[in-house]
Amino acid sequence: MTQWHDDPCAHCEELMQPYLDHTLTEQERVEAEHHLDECDWCRRRYRFEESLRIYVRQAVNEPMPAALKQKLADLRIPLN
Amino acid sequence: MADASTDATRLATEARDRVRFEEEALGLADQVYRVARHLAPSREEAEDLVQETYARAFRSWRSYTPGTNLRAWLLRILTNLNIDRGRRSQRAPQTTPLEANDYYLYDKLAETDGADDEERVLERLSQDDIVTALSAVPHDFRDVIVLVDIGDFSYQDAANILDIPIGTVMSRLHRGRRILKRELADSVLEDAS
Repeated sequence: MTQWHDDPCAHCEELMQPYLDHTLTEQERVEAEHHLDECDWCRRRYRFEESLRIYVRQAVNEPMPAALKQKLADLRIPLN
Repeated sequence: MADASTDATRLATEARDRVRFEEEALGLADQVYRVARHLAPSREEAEDLVQETYARAFRSWRSYTPGTNLRAWLLRILTNLNIDRGRRSQRAPQTTPLEANDYYLYDKLAETDGADDEERVLERLSQDDIVTALSAVPHDFRDVIVLVDIGDFSYQDAANILDIPIGTVMSRLHRGRRILKRELADSVLEDAS
């Protein structure tokens, strides 16, 4: 793991997933935001990741076939 | 007579609970299918898996504790069935997945496009690119991405469903997303060449 003083952008990259997952500590979050405020290069890449996650979720969303829905309803155990 | 009427009441209560369970489970079917579609290797297998899951759930509804997460309960059945259906046997030839760093995909796309506006860069990726890249991610990693990023399950729910520690969920999720981005970058660069 790199540190801010070694290579700030590399460190910011390491924090990207936990940042977007809201799992950073408060101090790490503040430090990441401080860097993002100043670094357009990292900010762009964070925004891209955020949009990518939304896009992936939409792209793979395939509605359930109506016939399957009916088949599932037919599996219900009839009341005696 | 008293016994007969107690029995009747018990049966009526049980029937009501069962109907309630079935309706609640069916109400979640769209969400269950959405996840199953990308856990299973094909659409047909996803459909079979969902049917088998519901058949089993309807038979064993008594083992569900009302008030707990029914969607996670259904997915746990589905995941176990998916593994039982021979997915374990595919586990052997697993190769070490290619993993790049987190900025890799953006850098590759921006580099070939010459533009760095993130929305424009994203437009390079088609829906097919995403579906294909996701299916290329080895299933240990893909399962976690599908449950957390597509199915909206918490880390804890994903850990319970897959029967793995929560720390493993997090590390597979982080690595899995990097593998997915690597796959996406490769497919887009291939299209471009």
